[in-house]
Amino acid sequence: MVTPVLVEARGITKRFGPRTVLEDVDLDVHEGETVVIIGASGSGKTTFLRCLNRLETPETGQVRIADVTLGRRSDGRPADERELSQQRRLFGFVFQRFNLFPHLTAMQNVALGPRRVLGVRRAEAEARAVHELTRLGLAEHVGKRPGQLSGGQQQRVAIARALAMDPRVILFDEPTSALDPELVQEVLDAMRALAGEGMTMVVVTHEMRFARSVAHRAVFMADGRIVEQGVPNDLFGAPRDERLRRFLRHLEPHHDR
Amino acid sequence: MIFDWAVVQYAAPLLAHGVVMTLQVSSVAAVLGLVIGLAAGLGSLSNSLLLRGIIRFYVEFIRGTPLLIQIFLVFFALPVVGVRLPEFWAGVVALALNAGAYIAEVVRGTVGSIEKGQSEAALSIGMTRRGALLWVLLPQAWRPMLPALTNDLITLTKNSSLLSVISVYELTRAGQAIIATHFAPFEIFLLLALYYWALISALAWVSRRIEAALPSW
Repeated sequence: MVTPVLVEARGITKRFGPRTVLEDVDLDVHEGETVVIIGASGSGKTTFLRCLNRLETPETGQVRIADVTLGRRSDGRPADERELSQQRRLFGFVFQRFNLFPHLTAMQNVALGPRRVLGVRRAEAEARAVHELTRLGLAEHVGKRPGQLSGGQQQRVAIARALAMDPRVILFDEPTSALDPELVQEVLDAMRALAGEGMTMVVVTHEMRFARSVAHRAVFMADGRIVEQGVPNDLFGAPRDERLRRFLRHLEPHHDR
Repeated sequence: MIFDWAVVQYAAPLLAHGVVMTLQVSSVAAVLGLVIGLAAGLGSLSNSLLLRGIIRFYVEFIRGTPLLIQIFLVFFALPVVGVRLPEFWAGVVALALNAGAYIAEVVRGTVGSIEKGQSEAALSIGMTRRGALLWVLLPQAWRPMLPALTNDLITLTKNSSLLSVISVYELTRAGQAIIATHFAPFEIFLLLALYYWALISALAWVSRRIEAALPSW
């Protein structure tokens, strides 16, 4: 893409005990770009996504978004928890298992961040929540709790919750993997619409058709590294790395949508 | 042994005064104990090592020493350092500090057991750990916390009988006074037991009503 770089990850290394799950990973994401990350389970793709917004703290390496370096203040000193949480707000995050707040209605789920983090007045926060939920086709569900919604509806509420904080980029961690097959499409459609509006997105997914039709770039991870990346059709059409070839062979017959 | 109904008839209304005092001292201590327990429980989930250490010490001290000793400490030791509390308030403070330690453990255990994805979701929308505790985890913990909290408040109410040793004129103390003049320990202690039982039953009933009224999901 020709737009400027928005997110820049450099040398991200992450260990869990003796196991190295990410080794020296670099990635640039441009403004308005949709990047899809694929890879077998255990390849480190989810951990990498969580390192981007510091749900995991990498051992080494740094993440820059716009002119902010995560975990650092503008004078280079370490950020305290409050400052880090403000920086984290630049990223939205959509979880595989939605992680909606079960005790709150859809509207309250979306309004909570604006109210308690941004300090927006209640009426205004709720209006914003209704706006985001309507945008995701959930206007008639604003008063329902997560337990009363289908998986696809819950995941769309989760997307609305992320959007309500007005993030610069949204990170999606296998957003359709926990869904019944018939509910996958409504979530993918919502994400497609977001990408079309120019939202910057990084998506860990197995949905190859979504990757082909929506993503500007696909990144293949294996063994904690980025092995190959490129325009999705090239990457999937003419894979060079043997691991990627094997991965695609396993994936395509079952999962291609 | 002959059961003396006359003494029971005489004592029953007299003990009602004691019930009122037991209710007063227990309810004030309960409110204070809940506040202490909530603050200490949430504090022990914070990032601050110093705060967690202080709370750990407080909880261990309370759990490691008899309530009777704690009551004497508040009543007799505090005046040495210049804090002289009347019996009622010494009793309230001792009961509240005692219950607060147990409640802190209930809060820590329950709030800490809410699924990890919930605090991650809270962090992902820019909350601090404290915000996540306050606005996401704690509201989900009330209902699972209630049975254990009720136990602690029942214990507190029964423990108020120990305040008789510092002359708080609560139910047990009132009973002892009647025993001293009428020499009918069996009748009076039986009566006291029934009074406490009735009090605790009422408390348990209220707790069940609250539990039923709390939203579930």
